Amino acid sequence: MAIEPRDKPAYKEREAEFSTMSGQPIAPLYGPEHAPADPEETIGTPGEYPFTRGPYPSMYRGRLWTMRQFAGFGTVEETNERFHYLLDHGQTGLSTAFDMPTLMGYDSDHVRSLGEVGREGVAVDTLDDMEQLFDGIPLGGVTTSMTINAPAAILLAFYVLVGEQQGVPPEKLGGTIQTDILKEYIAQKEWCFPIEPAMRLVTDMIEWCAENMPRWHPVSISGYHIREAGSTAQQELAFTLKDGFTYVERALERGLDVDDFAPRLSFFFNAHIDFFEEIAKYRAARRIWAREMKETYGAKREESMRLRFHAQTAGVSLTAQQPLNNVVRTSLEALAAVLGGTQSLHTNSFDEALALPTEEAVRVALRTQQIIALESGVANTPDPFGGSWFIEKLTDEMEEAAYDYFRRIDEVGGMVEAIRQNFPQREIADASFRFQQELNERRRIVVGVNDFTQDDEEPTPILRIDPALERKQTDRLAATRASRDGAEVEKALAELKRAAATEENLMPPIIAAARARASEGEMIAAMQEVFGTYTESPVF
Amino acid sequence: MSTATARKIRVVVAKPGLDGHDRGAKIIARALRDAGMEVIYTGLHQTPEQIAETVIQEDADAVGLSILSGAHMTLVPKVVELLAAQGVDDVLVTVGGTIPAEDIPELKKLGVAEVFTPGAGTDDIVDFIRDNAAERDDV
Repeated sequence: MAIEPRDKPAYKEREAEFSTMSGQPIAPLYGPEHAPADPEETIGTPGEYPFTRGPYPSMYRGRLWTMRQFAGFGTVEETNERFHYLLDHGQTGLSTAFDMPTLMGYDSDHVRSLGEVGREGVAVDTLDDMEQLFDGIPLGGVTTSMTINAPAAILLAFYVLVGEQQGVPPEKLGGTIQTDILKEYIAQKEWCFPIEPAMRLVTDMIEWCAENMPRWHPVSISGYHIREAGSTAQQELAFTLKDGFTYVERALERGLDVDDFAPRLSFFFNAHIDFFEEIAKYRAARRIWAREMKETYGAKREESMRLRFHAQTAGVSLTAQQPLNNVVRTSLEALAAVLGGTQSLHTNSFDEALALPTEEAVRVALRTQQIIALESGVANTPDPFGGSWFIEKLTDEMEEAAYDYFRRIDEVGGMVEAIRQNFPQREIADASFRFQQELNERRRIVVGVNDFTQDDEEPTPILRIDPALERKQTDRLAATRASRDGAEVEKALAELKRAAATEENLMPPIIAAARARASEGEMIAAMQEVFGTYTESPVF
Repeated sequence: MSTATARKIRVVVAKPGLDGHDRGAKIIARALRDAGMEVIYTGLHQTPEQIAETVIQEDADAVGLSILSGAHMTLVPKVVELLAAQGVDDVLVTVGGTIPAEDIPELKKLGVAEVFTPGAGTDDIVDFIRDNAAERDDV
């Protein structure tokens, strides 16, 4: 029996053409003619190479994803309270948001930190702050994620030392630190050093963790921020995986065995509003990573090929208008992440287009995950969309788009060179502008923003950060500076600077300086004397 | 014989502070440029001093400050003060970003002409700047 071609609509349709939010055309109907040529090989079985259907055989039947709400604001005491609140409400892992000065390597008393301390996350200057941040939380019993990149080595050192004080050795600490510096230059734009020394620090951390922290993920290769900066799903996928391959190549150049470090690389993706496209993105990511790790980088262990990821719903999809609608958006996005097989998930709060979330909004966001996990039934079977003609076709197209970008990046000489030439930055800026135009022309609808608007909205209560906390934090830092042994700090910083000028691994001197209570800003400044700083030439 | 030629509106789009969220700033910069204005985008991580200096050096008609870090009540007043201290009083100052509603009257009191919050249309922003940037002709 002949299969009817279905690339032309058979009936009158609402729109001249249909496409995903990233612009991928959608056919009028999907059927057997869209099925993959070799489903055994490309789709396979959950828990088996190429892991298209999920990294583990039983998926959520075995264990639910980790519900990990990102939190951090104000001082370490306030964030510590929020951590305890979340753990008391059934959260199963911690995730720390740092403030802008901490992300950029400035101490709270630096002139550039003025007005920014504790605003978008928690301020951490020294080991004293880290001790307070995790006060009463047994580090042997939780896993912690820390979202920090350029100064990641310093925050990891602080964490290791807090563990040591609690009697938990590094090999028993579990968690993730973001450390993904390439996407900083591409999208999130929080940097301290030029690209090359920054890459060396990442490789130092991969190496040190491979030897000392077998339960730790030293890099979380992140597409989240690339997507938030306005990229398409295809760009998010391609640039993130290419960043990942670049870290693998650096570690191999360092002489590490791929199977010694690759199992500890993890990923972090956005969960945006175009439901099926997102599911296809996660499935394609797993398949590409598995294939490249095996065939290009010679991985032998399955763990090295098995892509595991954290997902966060799209902050950029939230609207300041009619904010309760965001609960619905976040639910759909979270559902896509779950159906795409995420290992952990952050759901955004409905008030986050306005400010950092209130406690009530955070609770609703966590409850959203619990409803998906425990009421909806979607966790009952692995990869329920596996074998769907539509999803498998979208997955294949997603993969093709990624390989097209890999080729273009290789043509300019790899990811680092592509970033220097502003290639990914320009692609993202173009995509982001195109989407905005589609909104302006109402070719895409955002409910409450360019359609179904409402003029008489009640103001939403928001979280206000007390401006007095900046003073509180700078006082705390002054107290640390006054009480520590100044000569010992000087010595440790001089040693860090000396090591920076060699090819030695910088983790040991960073830990030594952290132990001496040197501040984050002091350590960064010491390394900048050797490495220099970074300025971008922006494109728009 | 010679008539005054209308000069293109010159706009500085600036990212004050440590905030790295530049999606909005870049979209606005591009929309203003597409609307025929001359756009100077400062790039990220600018101090208020650097921004004021750029506005003066570029002889800008308008400056758009994009802030999504919550530091607007520290950074915006500084830029406004620095411009005033240099005797600059004809530059249209606008702010865009995650600015809570109750901060808007205070910013306007300082001399900010308009605050654009998430969801504001680029066309509205372009129109506002075109209509309100001081008309200046090169003679």
